[in-house]
Amino acid sequence: MIKYVLKRIGYMLITLFIIATATFFMMHSIPGDPLGAMANKLPEQAKANYYAKYGLDKSLTEQYTIFMKNLITKGDLGESLKYPGKSITDTLLTNSKVSGVTGGLALFFGVVIGVTLGIVAALNKNKWPDYLVMFIAILGITIPVFVMASLLQYLFTVKWMILPTTGWGKPKNLVLPVIAMCFGTIATYARYLKSNMLEVMGQDYILTAEAKGVSRFHIIKDHVLKNAFLPCITILGGQISGIFTGSFVIEKMFGIPGLGFYYVSSINDRDYTMIIGTTIFAAALFVVAQLLIDIVYTLLDPRIRVK
Amino acid sequence: MENDKILEVKDLSVSFNTYAGEVKAVRGVSFELNRGETLAFVGESGCGKTVTAKSILRLLKPPFAVIKEGSQITCDGKDVLALNKKELCEFRGDEVSMIFQDPMTSLNPTMTVGKQIMESLRIHRHLNKKEAREEAIKMLKMVNIPSPEKRIDNYPHEMSGGMRQRVMIAMALACSPKILIADEPTTALDVTIQAQIMDLMRELKEKMNTAIILVTHDLGVVANFADRIQVMYAGQVMERGTAREIFYEAKHPYTWALLSSAPKLAKEAKQELYALKGTPPDLILPLNCCPFASRCEYCMPICKEKNPLETTITDTHRVSCWLQHPKAPKVKSFYDREAK
Amino acid sequence: MSEEKKVTSATEWEDIPAEKFQIIGTDDFSGDIIARPKVGYWADAWRRFKENKIALIALIILIVLLFMVIFGPAISGYNFEQMDTSAINQLPSSEHWFGTDSLGRDLFARVWQAGRVSLAIGIVGAVVASVVGSIYGGIASYFGGIVDDIMMRIVEVLLSIPYLIIVILISVVTDSKSIGTMMLALTLTGWCGIARLVRGQMLQLKSQEYVLAANALGVSPFKTIMRHMIPNTIGIIIVAITFDIPGYIFSEAFLSYIGLGVQPPDTSWGALASAAQQNFMFYPYQLFFPSLMIALTMLSFTLLGDGLRDALDPKLRK
Repeated sequence: MIKYVLKRIGYMLITLFIIATATFFMMHSIPGDPLGAMANKLPEQAKANYYAKYGLDKSLTEQYTIFMKNLITKGDLGESLKYPGKSITDTLLTNSKVSGVTGGLALFFGVVIGVTLGIVAALNKNKWPDYLVMFIAILGITIPVFVMASLLQYLFTVKWMILPTTGWGKPKNLVLPVIAMCFGTIATYARYLKSNMLEVMGQDYILTAEAKGVSRFHIIKDHVLKNAFLPCITILGGQISGIFTGSFVIEKMFGIPGLGFYYVSSINDRDYTMIIGTTIFAAALFVVAQLLIDIVYTLLDPRIRVK
Repeated sequence: MENDKILEVKDLSVSFNTYAGEVKAVRGVSFELNRGETLAFVGESGCGKTVTAKSILRLLKPPFAVIKEGSQITCDGKDVLALNKKELCEFRGDEVSMIFQDPMTSLNPTMTVGKQIMESLRIHRHLNKKEAREEAIKMLKMVNIPSPEKRIDNYPHEMSGGMRQRVMIAMALACSPKILIADEPTTALDVTIQAQIMDLMRELKEKMNTAIILVTHDLGVVANFADRIQVMYAGQVMERGTAREIFYEAKHPYTWALLSSAPKLAKEAKQELYALKGTPPDLILPLNCCPFASRCEYCMPICKEKNPLETTITDTHRVSCWLQHPKAPKVKSFYDREAK
Repeated sequence: MSEEKKVTSATEWEDIPAEKFQIIGTDDFSGDIIARPKVGYWADAWRRFKENKIALIALIILIVLLFMVIFGPAISGYNFEQMDTSAINQLPSSEHWFGTDSLGRDLFARVWQAGRVSLAIGIVGAVVASVVGSIYGGIASYFGGIVDDIMMRIVEVLLSIPYLIIVILISVVTDSKSIGTMMLALTLTGWCGIARLVRGQMLQLKSQEYVLAANALGVSPFKTIMRHMIPNTIGIIIVAITFDIPGYIFSEAFLSYIGLGVQPPDTSWGALASAAQQNFMFYPYQLFFPSLMIALTMLSFTLLGDGLRDALDPKLRK
């Protein structure tokens, strides 16, 4: 087990290194001045100062070495191009706390509600609860997140005026973005759990349990649920990444000062150092989350534990 | 004798609803089982033997599989088909239990074998955790699993096929049921393990006085295990009798075919094994004739017109074949030919 | 049971004429007649697909959408770029079926024009990704060993980064202005999922008894691949394509929404929705129509994919 985890951490570090390197060189291969339109407005001297400050006057390999050294030794991702003096690492840490709250809540509610609905649907196969759940699931999968968010804003803030449109800091600011974000997760989990449960219910060992005289309730509780739920852990990674990218839109629409919000604005500003930093940070978050998920899965599934 | 009857099945008919139509998998099967007796269902794949066995525990899934009106299953005075959900749970595993063909897929992969054995003890014997665990260890010991105190916390995938089948047996016998249904219990196992499992079942049967219904396609397995044998074909019982009667005095051409296709040591090595030509009739069609007619060497015009009645030869031996009709020609039986 | 002639009474038993008891022996052929019609893989798949009414409806909706996307702009009678300052932000009417936008452009024409871009991106993206992924996965599974290890490790690295981040990064780097570069961005890592799927399926097939049997019987590798491997893989590839198409449409909409997608004068459903979202509070219908189209397309492809999966999965054959 420890060997497995160490091996996985090793792979993870290699992956992160590749991602950081690739991102760095990709962003630096963009033709044109990294300062963009700003460069033309600045006097020569200011421009030179700017270049020196960001090390842009050095060769690419040198820049890369410095960047990597700072990243690995200090976890320092540099400074924003657009807003000089703003440390990227600090900005990311502050923003990710904000995003963590909304994203975490959305993930939690998404999984809990999705799993519940999936169970309800599987137990009432081809009856109205099943159809209702599958209808909700289909809506969740087919309606783009920005449409869902617009709709919620329209209903709750314009029509009924019970919740604020945008803003951050109060619990009621969280309600709409979390609902909008968790819809996709609810839909995915409801569908996935239902199909897993139906598959497990057709397995031989369920017949064995029935032959033993285990009641339907206990068959579902003791035999079906664990086996059906285990694979659901593995798709959690996709959900985290979905909620993360969903936050680009949601945070912009609801004015939440989170990671997604700043990522999108750094893209619009063409703030290259910020883009590099955010990409690496996001990839790292995701890779670590994936690793944790795999470890949890290994701990929970006895079939894998031994191997 | 009457007193000893523990299971009585009368006119059992089971149909499967498939896209192509209704498949009549079991067509009016009747049989009885006495206390402590071993009855074997023998026949080729798809002859309805497993479906018959599952019907006793009502394990078939409606609406796909339906036990037809008019079927009767009585176990120890209980009308099985009339049991409600709760009574059915109490019945299953306690009075009648079942083990399945493939020990690889029949155990829950994410539950320790101990828990799976304890499950039935807790349901039917209402034992607490500690008692159930002790009992489960006893059961594992009984099925000859080494160091049961450790093995009880194993997951199924940590055990070999033979071990898992032992666990299945321990699980099925945990509540000392009156009847154990074993559906091809050795088919998925190695030959050497097969013998061990059969020996174990015989030993336990004697110890616990459990009646056994053994479902198999392998006459070899049955030979020194079953008291009575019932040969099934296309959802019907073709011939039934004591093991002696079926092996040495069989009257049905289908039984003869089965016997001659089993390998024997005594036979000369050169002799080829007999292979029965053709395939069983498609059970989706109504059968207006003897189902074996088209493959039978001794087929007569009547065989293709009507399904024969069961003829009683002795108290225990009964055959469904037109050859038993007084007007039918006397044919050389399988034994006369073998004797040469 | 009534139609089955079972002899019931003793008299009947006695009354059977003697000539009925002459041995005629086995039929040579009748024993082998299979009563059910033989159903091939595709015929069987089609039968199952037809039974699935929901998937059929989804297919019909898609055909209608495709038709409208091709002919819709012409039907509208307006050019999708044509502005009319005298008719801005109009509600749907007999003149402008879906209303007009803030520049007075006819939304009916624009929605279908946008649909061309969105559907093209979805279909081309999914097909390209599937072809690349299938070849990649096929090669990895065929060679196995170290080749497989390295190839799959690459896929794992690519899959470990959220998909849209890669797409965004590439869009930023290429400063995507054309639909072509955007398609490139979308498919650059989009094939990874299919590569894994195909590899997994191929490896599983390679160890299946019937493939082993084919090998043991001396069937040539080419024939084994043609007869066993491809028919058993094509189903999951088709299903994957069906599920991927809405994914690409969604990603495109997403990119357009955050300002990295299709640039004017071109437009897509995502771009339309993004534009409409700005003044959604006042003109909700402008968001409604492109969103409806995205949702309908997503829905139809998802349901069609479900139907195809059920129809094409040979394991479900009964």
